[in-house]
Amino acid sequence: MMKRFKGMDKASRDTLITYALIIVAYAIMQALLSLHAISSSMVGLLVPICAYISLSISLNLVVGISGELSLGHAGFMSVGAFTGLVAAQVLAPAIPFGPLRLLVSMVIAGIFAAVAGVLVGIPVMRLQGDYLAIVTLAFGEIIKNLLNNLYVGYDGALHFSMKDVASLGMNGGKVLINGPQGAVGITELSTFTAGFLLVLFTLFVVTNLVNSRSGRAIMAVRDNRIAAESVGIDTTKYRLMAFVVAAALAGMAGALYAMNFSSIVPKKFDFNTSILILVFVVLGGMGNIRGGIIAAALLTILPEKLRFIGDYRMLIYAIVLIAVMLFSNNEQVRMAVDSMKSRFARMRDDDVIDDAAEGGEA
Amino acid sequence: MSRDDRTHEVSSESKRTEGTYKAQSERAARGAVSSPSAEPAPSADSKKGHGSRARTKMVAPPNDYLVPERDALLTPVLECRHLGIDFGGLKAVDDLNLMVGKTEIAGLIGPNGAGKTTVFNLLTKVYQPTRGTILLDGQDTAGMDTARVSREGIARTFQNIRLFDSLTVEDNVKIGLHNQVECGMWSGIFRLLRYWLSEKEFHDRALELLDVFNMADHAGDIAGSLPYGAQRRLEIVRALATGPKLLLLDEPAAGMNPVETEELMDNIVKIRDDFQIAVLLIEHDMDLVMGICEGIVVLNFGKVIAKGTPEEIQANPQVVEAYLGKQD
Ligand SMILES: Nc1ncnc2c1ncn2[C@@H]1O[C@H](COP(=O)(O)OP(=O)(O)OP(=O)(O)O)[C@@H](O)[C@H]1O
Ligand SMILES: [Mg+2]
Repeated sequence: MMKRFKGMDKASRDTLITYALIIVAYAIMQALLSLHAISSSMVGLLVPICAYISLSISLNLVVGISGELSLGHAGFMSVGAFTGLVAAQVLAPAIPFGPLRLLVSMVIAGIFAAVAGVLVGIPVMRLQGDYLAIVTLAFGEIIKNLLNNLYVGYDGALHFSMKDVASLGMNGGKVLINGPQGAVGITELSTFTAGFLLVLFTLFVVTNLVNSRSGRAIMAVRDNRIAAESVGIDTTKYRLMAFVVAAALAGMAGALYAMNFSSIVPKKFDFNTSILILVFVVLGGMGNIRGGIIAAALLTILPEKLRFIGDYRMLIYAIVLIAVMLFSNNEQVRMAVDSMKSRFARMRDDDVIDDAAEGGEA
Repeated sequence: MSRDDRTHEVSSESKRTEGTYKAQSERAARGAVSSPSAEPAPSADSKKGHGSRARTKMVAPPNDYLVPERDALLTPVLECRHLGIDFGGLKAVDDLNLMVGKTEIAGLIGPNGAGKTTVFNLLTKVYQPTRGTILLDGQDTAGMDTARVSREGIARTFQNIRLFDSLTVEDNVKIGLHNQVECGMWSGIFRLLRYWLSEKEFHDRALELLDVFNMADHAGDIAGSLPYGAQRRLEIVRALATGPKLLLLDEPAAGMNPVETEELMDNIVKIRDDFQIAVLLIEHDMDLVMGICEGIVVLNFGKVIAKGTPEEIQANPQVVEAYLGKQD
């Protein structure tokens, strides 16, 4: 078993460690929950943590793997959140079983977010670098403003309006989305276990994609677009693929997130949230999925533990982000880290040789 | 090699379309007798009757092509007719006529800034030509983009090495194999049977290709960390992986020591023999060029100044002048 683990290539070993980490963390939290050893404020954070971890993984696909700076991830999250909510309401009579309804709603949320991803992605993929970042940022804001003016009601059929509740023309029924006030009276279907499964699913999709023909093409475009074209890779297709898959996964996380609360407003999914997710990715190390997961968990718990600084949270994030970027771009620091890494690698190699020698003697 | 960098970086969408448009209009203007895709534009009077025939100016197509005798009866892998591109006022390449036989090793030489790399960029559609036609294995590549040309059978290496630096040697070759092995996104994500079959094929073929340069032992190394010579070899392997009909090598021996260059020469010949493909190479190392190239084209200031066998080229006074400057 151990031998097989060592014989694996680095990518699959990394992935296995990440899966193990998540499963162990989930098991520990479940144990603590059953012992009532967690404060109620922490219990309330469990689903958001899962959602943010999932968002961190999916944004890593765009920022780290595909190498495009996207500043509108919360936009896709909100598309998923609100379509998920509406789907869950509409499906309530058809699927009384909560977890299944949550699952179906999340799938629908993912599909809608993917469609949004295609619609935004096609024009955006004509751009690169800073221009792409600015357009994705604008998209996030546009989505938020659209949702701020969106009214949806359900009375056996769905009614939409971009004006006000009155113009929905409802026959009794219920207003599901009420403009800037967002959605109220949400059935809280999300659970910690659902969150855990979503994290596993997101990790599964992203790591499998990365370690396949398509993923290699995505990374090729990131590393050298001209060389990628020269070996016959359709660069637009693969950039778009990363963007849309990430959007779909963000939509699913959005649905999970929204159905954890009794009400939610569009403002929740603004630029700050996009940046927050980006901070997870950058802090964890771009392209380093496990790092992004840990950063997401820590940075979601941290403010809870640091309540006393309250409103300064975003300021602290900004400072930490800048500090980390300066730090990790510093040549000397990077060299020091590299030399440390190679020393560790040598130590580990020595171990292997020792093992082999012992094996030979035995 | 900052100039070369710039060369590759400028390739905007607009430039491409504009290029094609210009190419068409210019062809029409010249009457483009040489291009099969652009018939002489029928003018208004030509519709009226037979009177206009007399106005047609007839010219001979380029006829100074040279190919090895063994390829003479086969479709040439590459034919360029009146190929040219302007950068602003600069005719970087002008009226280039070139034929490469099906299994020929051909050389493209010339002093610095002669336009050699620009020719490669035209062939691979990093730039759309301003004038002229490119026929790849008899097929006009007008309107194709870089990726399409690769799929049709032109592979290249770069003067300033362009590897996928953060990925392993093996992954670099697997990316070269991208269009040789099929596995869709869904099969990849959900690990369907197709995925496992394709990954095995990717792996086996990548190692087989790396073996050409005895690099299989380094399959797991990060490409960007390889020594210079090995990076050049890896670029060739990656290009070979695309299953080309024509391999373009831009200064493959640059930065290699004499021993490595010797090996490279053997390998280029071996690649041609084993894969039965054509090679067109740019090189400043004359021992390499004269040692393995069968036909040579010399470029100076964007124009062809000589064509011939290595012996003919070495004896050509114009070539000597281009390289050494005029000796009065
Ligand atoms: N994108 C571009 N825009 C403007 N001028 C260009 C561009 N690309 C190349 N040139 C010019 O075209 C000419 C030919 O350049 P090219 O790189 O093809 O030369 P080369 O023969 O490959 O030289 P070397 O042996 O130094 O590699 C040079 O004068 C160069 O400055
Ligand atoms: Mg050059």
